[in-house]
Amino acid sequence: MSSPDQEKSDPSNRETPEEEPVGRRIWLTRAVSAMGLTAAGWIAPALLPAVEQNHTDPTRIPGRMPSPYGSRASTETTQRLTTATHSLTPHQSLHGIITPSALHFERHHNGVPAIDSDRHRLLIHGLVDRPLAFSMNDLIRFPSATRTMFIECSGNSGKEWKGPTGKTVQETHGLMSTSEWTGVPLATVLTEAGIKPDAAWVLAEGSDAAVMTRSLPLADVLKDALLCYGQNGEALRPEQGYPLRLVIPGWEGNTCIKWLRRLKLGVAPFMTREETSRYTDLMPDGAARQFTFVMEAKSVITSPSGGHRIEPGFVEIRGLAWSGRGLVKAVEVSTDGGQTWQPAQLQEPVLSHCHTRFRFGWRWDGEETILQSRCTDDSGFVQPTRAALVAARGVHSSYHYNAIQSWKVGRDGQVTNVHV
Amino acid sequence: MYTSNTASRLLSALGLFLLLGGVARAEEPPLYGFGRMATPAEISAWNIDIDPTGAGLPPGRGTVQQGAVLYASKCAACHGSTGTEGPKDRLVGGQGSLTTPNPIKTIGSYWPYATTLYDYIYRAMPLTAPQSLTPDEIYSVVAWLLHQNGIVPADAVIDAQTLPAVKMPNREGFVPDPRPDVLVR
Repeated sequence: MSSPDQEKSDPSNRETPEEEPVGRRIWLTRAVSAMGLTAAGWIAPALLPAVEQNHTDPTRIPGRMPSPYGSRASTETTQRLTTATHSLTPHQSLHGIITPSALHFERHHNGVPAIDSDRHRLLIHGLVDRPLAFSMNDLIRFPSATRTMFIECSGNSGKEWKGPTGKTVQETHGLMSTSEWTGVPLATVLTEAGIKPDAAWVLAEGSDAAVMTRSLPLADVLKDALLCYGQNGEALRPEQGYPLRLVIPGWEGNTCIKWLRRLKLGVAPFMTREETSRYTDLMPDGAARQFTFVMEAKSVITSPSGGHRIEPGFVEIRGLAWSGRGLVKAVEVSTDGGQTWQPAQLQEPVLSHCHTRFRFGWRWDGEETILQSRCTDDSGFVQPTRAALVAARGVHSSYHYNAIQSWKVGRDGQVTNVHV
Repeated sequence: MYTSNTASRLLSALGLFLLLGGVARAEEPPLYGFGRMATPAEISAWNIDIDPTGAGLPPGRGTVQQGAVLYASKCAACHGSTGTEGPKDRLVGGQGSLTTPNPIKTIGSYWPYATTLYDYIYRAMPLTAPQSLTPDEIYSVVAWLLHQNGIVPADAVIDAQTLPAVKMPNREGFVPDPRPDVLVR
């Protein structure tokens, strides 16, 4: 089996791309006939080049055996975009509302620590009746709860304050993801330690090399915060806080302390660096807003989005909407730069503090236009225009940018990030 | 509106209520009995936070001169020789810039509490060797940073008593969350 294969594998000998695989298939069919199916199935993967295998009819060769831990198809290549301090979720390539754990965005302040779950402890002290230490096994024994929730970094879309910066939705909105989170309610564990009456704030601390800390108002986090050990059905990913992460529904991601090792109850905020010099929002009058926990209602069209190219005819506009205050009530889509708005279809079930997938059928006529989406939540909050947001807050607040995103569709079908 | 008299009576009543409540409150027993009592040693090993009252600051002291030496050897590579050059966070200057088109957020222009410096430098700095500095080293580098920002004099000595007493220039610069502040329709 020398000559046909060698000739075909030389790119300079290629004929038209359409003809080439057909030629192979004829050759392969003959080879299979000659050798017998079983023999070909055994020989082909070992002897044929990789390109040849891709063109093999999968119905004629037994597939690979079951594997202990799965991986995606070898032809699927979408991935996080990484920097030294964070990585961004490729929303332009994803479906539904769950972010695959391997594509959940990352933001950490001095790397991902290597932690042995068997040795990890959670310490609870300060204004409690009994300072307690818990192993992971202790925590897993408590009554558990599961919720599907988004986590959004307060810096998500932050570069857009200064102008249209991100080229793709991964760059503009990649610092958010949704997982199904499982753990024990924070209230259950704090009650076990006994909350003293004068406790009003809790310091949450991670065991990474930044020993990341945030002070949180106790009354709020007692309502619905979870100490999570499960993500999408398995243990947390290391970069998501393995083995234990605090998740606070709808609050900025940095409050959801990863690698959680300590909870200290006190009477007042501890005024750590992360809630004074960081994660505070500077206004034009020089005052900075502090403890701006809630991520306000926001939405974005993920397809088509920056970097995509569309063809005239039917285009399903797809996107994500979410609100840190609760439920997405409605999403509207504009295909004319915000002049008119029409309701999008929401994927059921719509979950509180969770990404909501929306869809809108559209027929593109080939003319230049601008696509936008606008979210309204069940508090009545309507996602603002960029102009309204900047009028209220200026352009130096760094965090909590939730303006309507505009994608321009050029006459060539190319989609780009613009501000209108 | 309350008169001051009414307000003080309310406060007295509240104080009495809290006092009685505190005395009368029985500790709830643990419901599940999971976990174990934390030992004083493991609490003190992790109890590293320093709040604005200075609670938790260790014994020790440092001067601006000692801090200059330590800063040059352990901090300047990332923050610049005078704390203004980077490449990492700018630490010095920027006072008066917060309302301008180019606000510069530094320790001197933005940080509201001096105690946060001790807390953060111990827990997270230097980036390649967090929790490696001794209390005297941290007090020293804090003294130098405060002096570079014009907040303490060149002969200042920083310790557990003097650090919480430092009044930062932007101490009153923070406001609570007023959102929702952008109203549509």
